[in-house]
Amino acid sequence: MNIQQKFLWLFGGIFVLLLLASLVGWLLQRRARGRGGSATIDNLNARVRAWWVMVAVIAACFLLGRVASIVLFAIASAFALREFVTLTPTRRGDHLPLVVCFYVLIPVQYWLIDDDWYNLFAIFLPVYGFLLLPVLTALSGDTEQFLERVTKVQWGVMITVYCISYAPALQLINIPGYVGQNLLLLIYLLLVVQLSDVMQYVFGKLFGRHRIAPNVSPSKTVEGFVGGGLSAIAVGAALWWVTPFSPLQSAGMSTAIVLAGFLGGLSLSAVKRSLGAKDWGSMIEGHGGMLDRLDSVSFAAPVFFHLTRYFFEP
Amino acid sequence: MLLSRLLALFIRILVGARAMWIGCKPAPNLRIYYANHTSHMDTLALWCALPGTLRARTRPVAAKDYWGSGGFRSWFATRGFNALFIDRHADRSAGDPLEPLHAALSRGESLIIFPEGTRRAEALPGPFKSGIFHLATRHPEAELIPVYLDNLYRSMPKGALLPVPLTCSVRLGAPLDRREGEAKDAFLERARRAVVDLA
Repeated sequence: MNIQQKFLWLFGGIFVLLLLASLVGWLLQRRARGRGGSATIDNLNARVRAWWVMVAVIAACFLLGRVASIVLFAIASAFALREFVTLTPTRRGDHLPLVVCFYVLIPVQYWLIDDDWYNLFAIFLPVYGFLLLPVLTALSGDTEQFLERVTKVQWGVMITVYCISYAPALQLINIPGYVGQNLLLLIYLLLVVQLSDVMQYVFGKLFGRHRIAPNVSPSKTVEGFVGGGLSAIAVGAALWWVTPFSPLQSAGMSTAIVLAGFLGGLSLSAVKRSLGAKDWGSMIEGHGGMLDRLDSVSFAAPVFFHLTRYFFEP
Repeated sequence: MLLSRLLALFIRILVGARAMWIGCKPAPNLRIYYANHTSHMDTLALWCALPGTLRARTRPVAAKDYWGSGGFRSWFATRGFNALFIDRHADRSAGDPLEPLHAALSRGESLIIFPEGTRRAEALPGPFKSGIFHLATRHPEAELIPVYLDNLYRSMPKGALLPVPLTCSVRLGAPLDRREGEAKDAFLERARRAVVDLA
């Protein structure tokens, strides 16, 4: 099967899934209307609608090629960083470093992917960005809460820019026998992570009983995590044919993605709580902000990238 | 018209200027929207947050010494967001500097004004100048809508060249009720409180 056929099968499958979800949501809403409506079902339908839009945008980008996917993630990073910075307290002295983050760091990081310059891509933010930001803040002369402000901006940039940029960066890995098909790896990653999120939500709503970390995230339950996680791993393993992995390897990769995604969601929930917010923003109806949708991806993308590179690039 | 629409879209994406109609609804009434002032983006953010039909009949009041000083800025202020210029440093003997504003209200155009008179690097507004009192007295039919602009002072503070795209919100409150025979200072303080309450 060539790459176009794999694309068609994949997006065909996603399309069918979405149709099913819309149908289920519609039926549930009809039933609930007789009983006066339900906030949970309204939320579910809002989420499904948002998924249609997101899938359409991603499909369009993949049709347009690798540059479109780089631009898409650059924009996503910008929105995510914006949500992060909006919630963290900053002062006048942080203006210059923030301007540099948005107008310099994000474009450069994503341009490095387009330029196929892996070595600089991997160190640009953790070395040069990391060293530059405190200098810019120090130059403003404001030392009030200096360490807190600098670390918050650093952290925000690392999660929303560096980690998320590992997703489109999958095209930098050279896997023999898989040349030119790396965009499929990106779809694989996004599909497994987001499916894991969705299935954990569904299993949690249906069977959730034992909370994992009630102080951090009231909706994460053991039943949700296990049920949702296992279904996502099963789908990931079944999708081994779009990847350079064997079915067993694919199951292993999916497990890593699901685990990392879960831990990412948990960690970012903890950060959100400490900032006093329930959602990062309200850009995507039913889901919250961009970062609410990308929190799992931010942990899963770098892990998946490096595992794939270590084991599959000679 | 097209430039204004594109501009509104661009600003809404850049600063995420969402309008939260807390105390009133968008309506074609004669209104004076008054807000706290923290950055040059304020005018744009509030104007762009209004729905298109209201934007056409609302003139943001812009400082002549910054926006009307010729070149790109004046072109942008007039063609981009239909600004009404006010001379902040006008000589009183040359006539009432508020005259263009009175004229606009008499013509049925709503206004956006910043009663502090200048940008302030803080979250909450400072004391108001008397302009809004004079406008309110001469136009009792105009609704006075307090507006709180959040986060814009962080997005583009005084002295900054580029805006940091933060999610800013535009909170519009209930019309300020009028009190018969109220003194100027009491009115100004009450108007200011209405904005602070929206923060």
